[in-house]
Amino acid sequence: MDFINAFLPYILADIEKTTPDAIRIADYLPYILAGISVGGQYALISIGYTMVYGILRLINFAHGDIFMVAGFVMIYLSATLPLHISAVFVILITMLLGFVVERVAYKPLRNAPRMSIMISAIGVSYLLQNCAWYFTSGLAKQYPEIPWISESITIGSATTKIVTILTPVLTIILVAALVFLIKYTKIGMAMRAVSKDFETSRLMGIKINTVISITFLIGSFLAAVASLLYFTNYTTVTPVAGAMPGLKAFVAAVFGGIGSIPGAVVGAFIIGICENLIKGAGWTTFSDAFTFALLIIILVAKPTGLFGEKSTDKV
Amino acid sequence: MKKIASIVLILCMVTVMFAGCGQGTGSGNVIKIGVFEPSSGDNGAGGKQEVLGIEYAHSKVNTVEIDGKTYKIQLEIVDNESSNDKAPSAAAKLVSAKCSVVLGSYGSGVSIAASDVFASAGIPVIGISCTNPQVTEGNTHYFRICYLDPFQGTVLANFAVDEFKAKKAYILTKLGDDYSVGLGNYFKKAFEALGGTVVEESFQEGNSDFTAYLTTAVNSGAEVIFAPTSTEAASLIINQAKSQGINIPLLAGDTWDSSVILEAAKGSNLEICVSTFFDEGDDSALGSEFVKGFKQWLNSDSTKLQNNGGNDIVAAVSALGYDAYMVALEAIKAANSTDSKKINEALWGVKYTGVTGSIAFDEIGDAIRDVAYIKRVNPSNGSWEFVAIQSVK
Amino acid sequence: MKIKENSSLKYISILALIGAMFLIIFILEQLLPPTSMLFMVLKKGAIYSLVAVSLNLLCGFTGLFSLGHAGFMLIGAYTYAIFTIPLEARNAVYQYFDGGIINFTLPVPVALLAAGACAAVFAFLIGLPVLRLKSDYLAIATLGFAEIIRAIFQWDKLGPITNGSNVLRKFPSFSSTIFPFAVAGLCIAIIVLLINSSYGRAFKAIRDDEIAAEAMGINLAKHKQLSFTISSFFAGIGGALLAMFQTTVQAAAFKSSMTYEILLIVVIGGMGSVTGSCISSFLFIAASEWWLRFLDDETYIGSFKVPLLRSGFRKVVFSVVIMIIVLFYQRGIMGTKELSMDAIGRFFRKFKKEEDVA
Repeated sequence: MDFINAFLPYILADIEKTTPDAIRIADYLPYILAGISVGGQYALISIGYTMVYGILRLINFAHGDIFMVAGFVMIYLSATLPLHISAVFVILITMLLGFVVERVAYKPLRNAPRMSIMISAIGVSYLLQNCAWYFTSGLAKQYPEIPWISESITIGSATTKIVTILTPVLTIILVAALVFLIKYTKIGMAMRAVSKDFETSRLMGIKINTVISITFLIGSFLAAVASLLYFTNYTTVTPVAGAMPGLKAFVAAVFGGIGSIPGAVVGAFIIGICENLIKGAGWTTFSDAFTFALLIIILVAKPTGLFGEKSTDKV
Repeated sequence: MKKIASIVLILCMVTVMFAGCGQGTGSGNVIKIGVFEPSSGDNGAGGKQEVLGIEYAHSKVNTVEIDGKTYKIQLEIVDNESSNDKAPSAAAKLVSAKCSVVLGSYGSGVSIAASDVFASAGIPVIGISCTNPQVTEGNTHYFRICYLDPFQGTVLANFAVDEFKAKKAYILTKLGDDYSVGLGNYFKKAFEALGGTVVEESFQEGNSDFTAYLTTAVNSGAEVIFAPTSTEAASLIINQAKSQGINIPLLAGDTWDSSVILEAAKGSNLEICVSTFFDEGDDSALGSEFVKGFKQWLNSDSTKLQNNGGNDIVAAVSALGYDAYMVALEAIKAANSTDSKKINEALWGVKYTGVTGSIAFDEIGDAIRDVAYIKRVNPSNGSWEFVAIQSVK
Repeated sequence: MKIKENSSLKYISILALIGAMFLIIFILEQLLPPTSMLFMVLKKGAIYSLVAVSLNLLCGFTGLFSLGHAGFMLIGAYTYAIFTIPLEARNAVYQYFDGGIINFTLPVPVALLAAGACAAVFAFLIGLPVLRLKSDYLAIATLGFAEIIRAIFQWDKLGPITNGSNVLRKFPSFSSTIFPFAVAGLCIAIIVLLINSSYGRAFKAIRDDEIAAEAMGINLAKHKQLSFTISSFFAGIGGALLAMFQTTVQAAAFKSSMTYEILLIVVIGGMGSVTGSCISSFLFIAASEWWLRFLDDETYIGSFKVPLLRSGFRKVVFSVVIMIIVLFYQRGIMGTKELSMDAIGRFFRKFKKEEDVA
């Protein structure tokens, strides 16, 4: 946080310099709103990354693509089914996809070197993108308009969709529920145990495979919710639509301290807001690069991220 | 056993390799026309419409007399994926299929990227809706039947000043897209020459969040937004402009002349104007006949209708595709040969009156054109309204 | 004495093999039309071999997991293009930047070296902070740097040098397949010599166990830095060759998916096997660009339409094949072994024995 506090004034000062007209804070409101909204969506995706990493020590490169597939499933389902029913099915199908991916592509490699699993994740990502390309013939598809949350609303000087306001609220509710689940339920305890020590928890009688599957189900559920919110805002879905949001959500997870859920959420909001402020400052070429610059700075300065536990290398 | 299996596998691969080598030339009297168009990626929707125009022309005329013999015309269609790095290999596929002449592409970037592949094979190419001057400049094999960006940019800048009394324009272009950057640049030059000022911004490939750009546009006090982008980005821009309640007119070039735009703008109160090559309401004999025939042809087949975006609105690029095919045919007739070199030479002298106007090439290889059609979206019923035929003063 | 004879025989046979390879290419070039798909695959395969081997030096031999390879290729490609575009073509290429600010050209070999050197300098600078990180974190950080490099090369303010985000073209390229084979072959030979030197043994020691290697007196930081820089040097040359092959360069093409592709090639070939990387490069390129092409075309057998075949199916099949390899043949084609004359000899002798038994 110190870092952000130190950096914000420079960004703001730069905006002052580049736009000679009088600047009121009201001018920034749209950027900040957009930032909070997209930050919330990144947060939901990044939880999937951070939980999987916490338990399997695996960067699940396919997670962003699962998010993309959820978008396409919605488009195809809503062509025949009413919206609210298709939304439910989208969530179920996405969870199923996450489950299947884990069982088929990661479980057989549980004892393989970590590198192999990571390659497998890259392979799955490649496969999902190519399948999406095949089914859509490589054309962008329009996301259906979901009533109420697609409607416009005016806040102060900014007009935006209701989903922009809804996203952070929903994100916080879901994260609170998740934290509750992890802290106070039996399965949550098992998850914590597995992420602390894989082998020992197995010896203690925890069914590792069940715990891992549930982790993927939760991650995919949140990715599906994120896709509903994200694509309502940005209504075009393409086969590579998941790549950038996925990568940024992942950066958010690392930024916040990988393995830590609150860390991922805070990281995601920071990245979402900064990204939009940078665009507002006229540095549009660097809005993506900035995210990665932030990543590298945090990795070099504090490799465990903002909220990460101090890592102990096992020799 | 494993060894035997692997040897068999290797043998299979080698066979496939040689099968691949032996593949090739058609038999009998066949002349191949290559179609170098995107059917996927950013410009996939537009590319498909252009191909439809070519296919329609092919369905009307599919033989040609060369040296007293009747040659069947065969279309060889490849997908350049709207991507500059995929374009050369797609072009190489056409070259190895031994096409005599190539049509395409939608999008200037892929045309420029593949130009050298065609040049080294000596195959002439007729550009259909690639408007960047660089496509034809400095070479003798690339031709073009549409107008150029310096012209289009000037037309649109004039229109912005005349129609909207704009003093300040916001220009949004896509990084690395020759069409977008080029047209944005020519618009800027023309607009500044007319005494206006501009604010320029660009977005990266894969960007889907345009709210920040639109906010900047509003904050900058621009009176018109000029966004020469692909239709994919366009629908995002329109959608987000809609939800942000933007009331600045949007202006764009030929790519936006697509039913995707109509779909996105439906039910909003946005003012969207585009410049284009051809208008469906054209009342010339050739034009109206083409529109009628093309619609009938489209409606006869559901996949064609789907490729056109699910409706039978005639896109300008389809008309251009039709004309490009006919021009290629004229050149083949004039050359009286299937040889690429001879067709290339013959193209310089081709004069043809098509549905988009009369076509003849100047010394650079560009069709001489001096009019653009300006259309406006009617958002209440999602249709195009003809505004004006504009030429440069 | 016998050993020496043996090794000199080995060198002669390797040289003969290489000579034969160039001869075959030369003969093929005389026989087939230059636009044949075969040459495209050979050219691109040779270039990807070089890039894959250079990544293998890093991943397979030093155990450093880098995902920034596309970034270094981009630097190489741009350096080559910027310094070799003929002066008279500059006004056309740098059309929005008044011909750019660089008003000299370098000869092709010098530009190729400069491409490698430029990538190496960047790698050295990036390596200083990044190489302290371990496994996954290193992968992420290098991935991040590759994206940053891409953004910098697309920056408008650098337009007079890099042409902003627009295409660079009209630079000299090659027409003969022998050229990429010669350059890539030379570079791979240098990498092989390096791997077999004392530095190479130090790299392998670091890969196998960092702490043990350090205890043995190997300077970790220095050797990691060395491996990273050298690998990037050759990635830069590979990028320059790729630029020549494509005849155009644009920063937008060097995305992280390009790194993934190369990484897949390395894994399929076998981490820690130079010949494996080369073989899998050719197989990968041939399969994706050529052999599977028929899957993309709608095919009719008589009046029966073969189901599923349409644009994009090739990539689906291809990625399924990759998944199968990744899941069931984790060690790749070659594992950590190398293909050599002996190995081929052994293979056939064994095969013969098997046949006899059968």
